[in-house]
Amino acid sequence: MPELRMREALREALREEMLRDDRVFLMGEDIGAYGGSYTVTRGLLDEFGPERVIDTPIAESGVVGAGIGAAINGLRPMVEIMTINFSFVAFDQIINNASKFLYMSGGQFNVPLVLRMAAGGGSQLGATHSHSLEGLYAHFPGLKVVCPSNPADAKGLLKRAFRDENPVIFIEHSALYSLKGEVPDDADYVLEFGKARVLREGTDVTIVGYGGSVHQALRSAAMLEDQEQLSAEVIDLRTLRPLDIDTVIQSVKKTNRCVVVEDDWQFGGFAGEISAQVMERAFDWLDAPVARVSGKDVPMPYNRNLEFAALPSEEDVVEAVLAML
Amino acid sequence: MAAVRTRRDRSQTRIDDYLLSEAQLEEMYYHMLLARRLNERMLALNRQGRAPFVIAGAGQEAAQVGAAMALKKGIDYVAPYYRDLGVNLVFGMDAREAMLNLLAKRDDPNAFGRQMPSHWGNRERHVVTQSSVVATQLLHAVGIALAAKMRNDPIVVLASCGEGSTSRGDFHEALNFAGIHKLPVIFYIENNGYAITERTDKEMAIEHVADRARAYGIHGAVVDGMDAIRVYQTVAPAVAETRGGGGPYLIEAKCYRLWAHSSDDDDSRYRTKQELEEWARKDPIKLFRERVESDRIFPPEDLDEIEQRVDDEVKEAAQWAASQPDPAPEDALGFVYKEL
Ligand SMILES: Cc1ncc(C[n+]2csc(CCOP(=O)(O)OP(=O)(O)O)c2C)c(N)n1
Ligand SMILES: [Mg+2]
Repeated sequence: MPELRMREALREALREEMLRDDRVFLMGEDIGAYGGSYTVTRGLLDEFGPERVIDTPIAESGVVGAGIGAAINGLRPMVEIMTINFSFVAFDQIINNASKFLYMSGGQFNVPLVLRMAAGGGSQLGATHSHSLEGLYAHFPGLKVVCPSNPADAKGLLKRAFRDENPVIFIEHSALYSLKGEVPDDADYVLEFGKARVLREGTDVTIVGYGGSVHQALRSAAMLEDQEQLSAEVIDLRTLRPLDIDTVIQSVKKTNRCVVVEDDWQFGGFAGEISAQVMERAFDWLDAPVARVSGKDVPMPYNRNLEFAALPSEEDVVEAVLAML
Repeated sequence: MAAVRTRRDRSQTRIDDYLLSEAQLEEMYYHMLLARRLNERMLALNRQGRAPFVIAGAGQEAAQVGAAMALKKGIDYVAPYYRDLGVNLVFGMDAREAMLNLLAKRDDPNAFGRQMPSHWGNRERHVVTQSSVVATQLLHAVGIALAAKMRNDPIVVLASCGEGSTSRGDFHEALNFAGIHKLPVIFYIENNGYAITERTDKEMAIEHVADRARAYGIHGAVVDGMDAIRVYQTVAPAVAETRGGGGPYLIEAKCYRLWAHSSDDDDSRYRTKQELEEWARKDPIKLFRERVESDRIFPPEDLDEIEQRVDDEVKEAAQWAASQPDPAPEDALGFVYKEL
C-alpha cells in the first residue's frame, strides 16, 4: 500500500470520485490553480478543467446555496469551505436549507452535497480559523458528520460521502493534513459511515476520540501504559452522525471506565452526548462517572502558550483517568 | 377536478398586439382569477378559524401568471416565493392541491403537511421547495442553472422574491455568481411596495431594484406588474435570450400588495385607506378584463363563464380538502434522511 499524506489521500478520493461519476464537481475559493488553502485539490483543475473545478467568489452562503441547487438538479457537488468558522457565513443555507429540504418537501428534494471544511487548533490561526465544531453540526438531524483521523479513513470516508443521498459535513483537522499513513489505492476502497474503530485494545479504561483528538487519545494510552501500567482501549468514532455507540458501549462493558476527548468546547458538546448515551446504556457497568476532556471555554487564543493552554492535552487525559481509579 | 370544463374553440394563433393567442389569454385570465379567488377563500377560512395561517398574492397575480406563462411548464424550473400561488397554478397546481397545502393535509403534494402553507415544492413540476428565510431560493436557482449549463440542458430557471428581500446578502451572491457564469436565470422581483410594514424607501436608496443589474454585468428590466400582458411581453423575450446563452436577467415587476402582509398582520397601522383605494383601481384582474373586453377578444359572456367556472372550482376544492386526512402522528419521523 502506498504511503500518503492526508491531503493526498483526500485528493485521491476526489480524483477517483470525479473519474467514477461525471456528476461530481468541485467548488470553492482558490481551489483551482492554487489547489485550495490546504492544497487538497492541487492538480485537479489541470486534470478536469474549469467546468468541474470552479474557483468561486468569496461568498460562502452563495456557493453552498448554488451547491444545493446543483444537487437538486442531479449533480454531486463538493463545496470546500476554507475553515469551519467560515461555514457560519453559510449556516443558514446549510441548516435551514440543505439539512431540511428533504423533510420540508415531504421526501421530494434530497440534497446530495458534500461540504468539506478544515477545523481544529494548534496552528496559531486565532479565534476565527481554529475551532472544532463537529458537535454543533452533529446536533442537526438531516446532516451526516464525518471526522477522519488518518489518511486511509479520510480517503475511504470521503469516497463514501459522494455516494450518499444527503448532505455530508466532512471535517478535516488542519493539523492532520500532513500526517502520513498507508492508503489503499484500489478504486473500490470505500468505508461505511457509522462504524467506529478500535485502534488499540485495553482493559482498564475506554478513551473515545474523533478527528484530531484520536491522536491525543493514542498518546495518552501509551503514557498510561508506560507510566502507570494501565491498559487503555482507544476508539475512533470516525463519524458522529451516524454514531456507532454500540462499539463504545461494548468497550465500556469491558473496561468499566470511559473518557471522551475532543478539541471542541465542553458545554453542551458532543462528549456530553457520548457520556449521556453511555450512562443510559451501561450505567451498571461504570466504576466511575464518564469523564470529558475538552477544549477550554474560550475563543481560541493566538499566542502559542495560550493556544496550548486552551486545547486539551494528553496529560489532561491521563489525569482524568487517574482520577477515576 | 369535479367541474367539467366546456372549452370553447379558442384560436391558437398569436394576436400580434398581445404576442399571445386567444387560448393563452383565456388561460391567463383563468389562472389570475383562480389565484385571487383561492386566496379569498383561504382568508375566509382563516377568519373562520379553519386555517391557521394565510399569506397571499392579491395584487400580484398579473406579475406571477404573466411571468410563469413565459416559461416551459415542467421543463423550466421555478424557485418561487410564498406569494406565488399564480406561478404554481400555471405550473400545474390545481385548486384542490392549493387547499390541501393551506390545510397541511397528508396528501398536499408540496410538503405533505411538513411546512407552513405557501412554501411550494414539487419535484415533478420543477417547482423547488424553500425555507422561510427570504432570498435563499435565488441561490438554489443559480445552482440549478449551473447544473443545467454543465449538462447542456437548455432550461431556464425563474427565481422570484419580493423587493424587500433583495437587501439580503444571498441576493447579491446569487446575481454575482450568475453573472460570472452567464447562467440562464431570471431573477424576478415582485416589487409590491412593502416589506411587511416597511415602505421601499426604508429598504433601499434607489427607485428601481432592476438598476442593480448593471453592477453584476447582467440585464435589467422594469415592467408594469399590474399588466399581465406587458409582463408576458417583457419576460418571454428575456427567457428566450437567457435560454440562448445571453446571460441572466434581473426583472422587476412593479405591483402592489392589495392585502395585509399575512393573516396575522393589520395593515391599517401603516398605510392609508386612500392609498389602498388608489391601487385597487389598478387591480390587475380588473385591468385585464377591461382590456380584452374593449379589444373584443372575448365576448363578456365568455369571461363571465370563466368566472363561474373558477368560483365552482374553488368552492368544491375547499369543501373537498377539508374532508381529506391529516398526516398520521407516526409519520412525523420520516424523511429526515434519504435512504441509500
Ligand atoms: C431573513 C429573513 N428575515 C426576516 C424574515 C421575516 N419576513 C418574512 S416576509 C418579510 C418581508 C419580505 O418583504 P418582500 O421581500 O418585499 O416580500 P413581500 O412580502 O412584500 O412580497 C420579512 C421581513 C424572513 N422571512 N427572512
Ligand atoms: Mg414587498
